[in-house]
Amino acid sequence: MTGAVLLHMDDVAKRFGPVQALRGVSLNARAGEVLALMGENGAGKSTLLRLMSGVHQPDGGNITVDGQRVVFATPQAARAAGVRVVAQEPEIIPDVSVAENVYAGALPRRGCIFDRAGLRAQLEQDLARYGFTGVLDPAQLGRSLSPAQRQVIEILRALTGGARVIAFDEPTSSLSDHEVESLFRLIAQLKAEDIAVIYVSHRMKEIFRIADRILVLRDGASVGERQAAETDEPELVRMMVGRDLSALFPRSPRSVGAPVLSLHNITTEDVTSVSFNVRAGEIVALAGLVGAGRTELAHAIIGDTPIASGHIEVEGRQLTLRSPRDAVKAGLALAPEERKQQALLMKRSVRDNICLAILGRLQRWRVVSRTEEGRIARRYVQELRVRTPTIDQEVATLSGGNQQKTVLARWLAREAKLLILDEPTRGVDVGAKADIYAIIDKLAAQGSAILVISSELPEVLGLADRILVMQGGRIRGEISRAEATEEKILSLAILENAA
Amino acid sequence: MTTSAQTPVKAARGANFILARRILAVVGVQNMSLILALVLLVIFIGVQNSNFFYASNIATIGTTIAIVGVLAVVQTVVMLLGGLDISVGSQAGLTSVVSAMVFMSTGSALAGIAAALVLGLCLGLLNGIVIIYGRVNAVIATLATFAAFRGAANLISDGRAQGYTGMNHLFVFLARGDIVGVPVLIWILLVVALLVQLMLHFTDIGRNIYAVGGNAIAARLAGIPLNRYIVGCYMLVGLVAALAGILLTARTGSGQPTSGSQGLELQSITAAALGGVALQGGRGTIVGTILAVILLGVLENGLIILNVNSFWQDIAQGALLVVAVVIQQRRAGTKGVGLP
Repeated sequence: MTGAVLLHMDDVAKRFGPVQALRGVSLNARAGEVLALMGENGAGKSTLLRLMSGVHQPDGGNITVDGQRVVFATPQAARAAGVRVVAQEPEIIPDVSVAENVYAGALPRRGCIFDRAGLRAQLEQDLARYGFTGVLDPAQLGRSLSPAQRQVIEILRALTGGARVIAFDEPTSSLSDHEVESLFRLIAQLKAEDIAVIYVSHRMKEIFRIADRILVLRDGASVGERQAAETDEPELVRMMVGRDLSALFPRSPRSVGAPVLSLHNITTEDVTSVSFNVRAGEIVALAGLVGAGRTELAHAIIGDTPIASGHIEVEGRQLTLRSPRDAVKAGLALAPEERKQQALLMKRSVRDNICLAILGRLQRWRVVSRTEEGRIARRYVQELRVRTPTIDQEVATLSGGNQQKTVLARWLAREAKLLILDEPTRGVDVGAKADIYAIIDKLAAQGSAILVISSELPEVLGLADRILVMQGGRIRGEISRAEATEEKILSLAILENAA
Repeated sequence: MTTSAQTPVKAARGANFILARRILAVVGVQNMSLILALVLLVIFIGVQNSNFFYASNIATIGTTIAIVGVLAVVQTVVMLLGGLDISVGSQAGLTSVVSAMVFMSTGSALAGIAAALVLGLCLGLLNGIVIIYGRVNAVIATLATFAAFRGAANLISDGRAQGYTGMNHLFVFLARGDIVGVPVLIWILLVVALLVQLMLHFTDIGRNIYAVGGNAIAARLAGIPLNRYIVGCYMLVGLVAALAGILLTARTGSGQPTSGSQGLELQSITAAALGGVALQGGRGTIVGTILAVILLGVLENGLIILNVNSFWQDIAQGALLVVAVVIQQRRAGTKGVGLP
């Protein structure tokens, strides 16, 4: 049962600065069919969706709808052409009714007066038409809707707006099991309506339940396409992974010492009962999917978010964390994932950024020694090979890799005992990546304890002495370097009944 | 090499150009335009009425801007931190009344001054606590205390001027004395500005203030105690507002609950914004603020000298604040699609 091709993307490419996010991917979305998109984090799935929803425009390749070539300059243009991406967390206006949320921007009017009765009748009619009767109460306020109901609103917006291609971006990540079931019934109805559905997910079970065809992406390119009936989980995992470890990762001899950081049953809003050690001279990687709770755990360790129960020890001494200041004083440091928003003073110089955490040590009678500051900044700029004309250069003008090195320099200057690096090479070009891996290796060789959070499996395998895999806020398993493979990590991170 | 054979004229022009650029880099575009505006304004007023250049008039300008000047300096500090203090004028009024009342009941000018300064610190502490522990937006918190402090000043003074300090040497010295020919009020402004400038530029405290205003999350993750800095800055404002209140008492000869302190919040914020302090925090200098204070003082004096209806002053002031912020936003390249 193959319907007509509604949306065709031909050899589309997209580059963000130094990162080639998509390098020529083609796909066909057919009426009455569910096409699943799979791939690791960073494989290019989200970029592909953004191209079809008009958020970004491709650098190369064509998009055709019904055989007509189109250019989606804006999200509005994509919607007008009948292509709609349902966001993970749709925009909902909290203080107006479901009905007004669905028809926002195109409310029915009688003359110049808003037609409340007409709106209600219209919604009931549309609900019945698309088979959603009973799912939504038209009078309910936006704020009280469950995540699943929000997605229903977004789908209704799409349908009433005349969409014929509807894409879902990991729709089940915020849904309960029960809600997932109703979403699947919805998708079945969409198929019956001859709508082309594109479905992005990591979850194998879901894919095999609803997809007709599966397209696997890796590193911004398409690896292959399979009919769902003709493939199985191991084959898909192999397709998603299948890469050689490059020679990017140096490994100096290290001696692993006593635990620097010990977590004992840490529970917060986002993670549950997490316990592990990181020892001096050891690199531990936290692997898992985006949203598994790794970043949240890092912020809890550093004292940025409260811990509900459990405790943290640093070098055997229990730590009371009231704010990141306590953690920094104890020798912990976090290089966060969002380095522009959370780590850097973008308008200040490289020198100011490197010395941010050590000003207290450089002062005498509260006066900061500019010469000492310059000496330290220059030393780390040289040591980490930060490419900047002078140490007085504004950080905003540096590339992503050099910005990240500046953040690392800050914590090297502070001589942190434990460094938590959250996605240390995101948005960093290959050359700087190799530099950063070398820095991490050297730090470990010098006896620092390092906890790396990474969604890139080759990075995890190349760097880590031990790998902890998180899923749904829990540690799902620990793998030693010797026995680690991408398949093992991925299956712990993805499969619900593993381990 | 052929380059060495270039015409000397061209080389000289190049050197001048480089020199000009270097001066601009040191002084800053913002300060340069303030100086330019000041010069134009002085010429405009001077041409219309040459009395403007009398030494007595210059001294008048100097003493009028002293009070708003010290407030603008500390307003700059809280704005660098990303906050705002609307209650400065009310704090000055309340401390003015208290300084006069304590002076009258004890007979000691020092006791009056000390009481005002301690009260100022407490008012600042209150602002800081409301902002941090109540998690109240700085504008709203100080808008509330703006009203409350003013009310308190009127309450304890019954809405009337309190006491008479015109016979006390210390108060008279503060208001009308001079040191090496320069009025004490101007010395006070200079000393406050210099101390704050030194703090901002040379100490870890100052650098951390810029860091907190530039990126509070980054500063927090780097171990800077945000709360302490916020409370500390508001206490500094309270202390200096009390100083302004004492000067107000000295100048008028009595404790004034509202007259003389009304509008100081608008003037100090306008001066800081005009001087180039970013409303989002993290950017700005004391030099810029002082230049803006002088500009506003000259403008006010000019309007008086040129017999312009004094109500125009408020309009001019309001307009300047808007213009200053609009220029700031344009220069920051903030694109407006609608309100955030």
